[in-house]
Amino acid sequence: MKRLVFSLALLCALGLGVFWWLTAPGAAVSAQDGAALESGGDRARGEIVFNAGGCASCHMTPGQSERTVLGGGFALTSPFGTFVAPNISSHPRDGIGAWKVADLANAMLRGVSPEGAHYYPAFPYTTYAHAKIEDVRDLMVYLRSLPAVEGKAASHDLQFPFTIRRGLGLWKWLYLDTTPLKPEPVQSEAWNRGHYLVEALGHCAECHSPRNPIGGIIAAQRFAGGPDPEGHGFVPNITAKGLGAWSRADVSELLATGFTPDYDSVGGSMAAVVKNTSSLPKADRDAMAEYLKSLPAREGPPRPAKQASKVD
Amino acid sequence: MIRHLLAATALLACATGAFAQSDPIAERQQLMKSLSQSARAPGAMLKGEAPFELSAVQATLKTFADVGKKAPTLFPAGSNVGHDTAAMPKVWTDKADFDAKWAKFESEATAAQASIKDEASFKANFPGVARACGGCHENYRAKKN
Repeated sequence: MKRLVFSLALLCALGLGVFWWLTAPGAAVSAQDGAALESGGDRARGEIVFNAGGCASCHMTPGQSERTVLGGGFALTSPFGTFVAPNISSHPRDGIGAWKVADLANAMLRGVSPEGAHYYPAFPYTTYAHAKIEDVRDLMVYLRSLPAVEGKAASHDLQFPFTIRRGLGLWKWLYLDTTPLKPEPVQSEAWNRGHYLVEALGHCAECHSPRNPIGGIIAAQRFAGGPDPEGHGFVPNITAKGLGAWSRADVSELLATGFTPDYDSVGGSMAAVVKNTSSLPKADRDAMAEYLKSLPAREGPPRPAKQASKVD
Repeated sequence: MIRHLLAATALLACATGAFAQSDPIAERQQLMKSLSQSARAPGAMLKGEAPFELSAVQATLKTFADVGKKAPTLFPAGSNVGHDTAAMPKVWTDKADFDAKWAKFESEATAAQASIKDEASFKANFPGVARACGGCHENYRAKKN
């Protein structure tokens, strides 16, 4: 009996140890390497990263139209509770004005805060993890040039057990892939640029894919759409299954103006996405279109049945 | 007697009103469809797929202004469910802003009818009017495909 209790205790301790080891937040850049990142960087290139990454969609202060006022406060509803985007303005106390480039790199590439805590993946670091470190540095130069906004955003409002950040280490172990995107030499330069813009910055897949009950993207249905996790409507399938009849120019046009080939105008948070993508160089929108149009057809979750008397 | 007659008349008027408005969701969906249909011609002109034609642009702007005037009446309380409506709950919780956005759309479409006289003024002014679509859909229409 004594021996059994001892073995169980040992197993528990071992389990805890493995949990602790698996969930340890890991940095992308050490403070030492980070020092070199503080010089250089380009504001204009950083602005492109900012628009391609869609930072303003969540971090701009709600209820005003200036996309460079990044006071946070936007509430993102989800099955796990409500996430509130933080202040990422250059304010030294309430924003990220005191951050080093290394801090931004660890946040974007590993989902780890300067204090070494895990961020929730509502912040799409699962996508940003593939970004180039030079782009993070350029983005930091741009962010530092934007106005400081006073006031911290509200805290997240989540349900237990999602309140335990350490547990996110396990989630990351399952779903965070930190390998850099490899160039595909057989594809065109535009396709490769589009691949990078969509998969490392634009994070299209984060909304346009269904997720499993613990919030991991279902790989076989990546880009195949699904019910809107924010609660209303249905996110379209953007693989060849959904965009089959669209030309590359149609996709690029939507990213520029928000209009579909039928002159419907996109709604919900996609309208905010269009504000980002319409600020990109046209060549980048064309590149995104080229990559998106190359996605193989995948069947997504079924749409809820339509009501019989539907007109539109 | 006269009271009864008045009451009956009032009731009838209500019923007629209700009948005319029997299906505001279907009606507004049809109205929205007319917006996208009328945007086709100027859209093709902007993309350089069709030659500029002032009369077609003016007809579109007239449709825009007419719809902008009529649409706010087609979101009565209680019409937030049914017919696969993609209207978000905010339409009713922020009704004043929602109505103001329609009014702005109507006035911009009317102003553009006066300011658009040739291809150059069309290219300069039309996209601004069309931006209202996304500006309103962002808050008031759910995503759909």
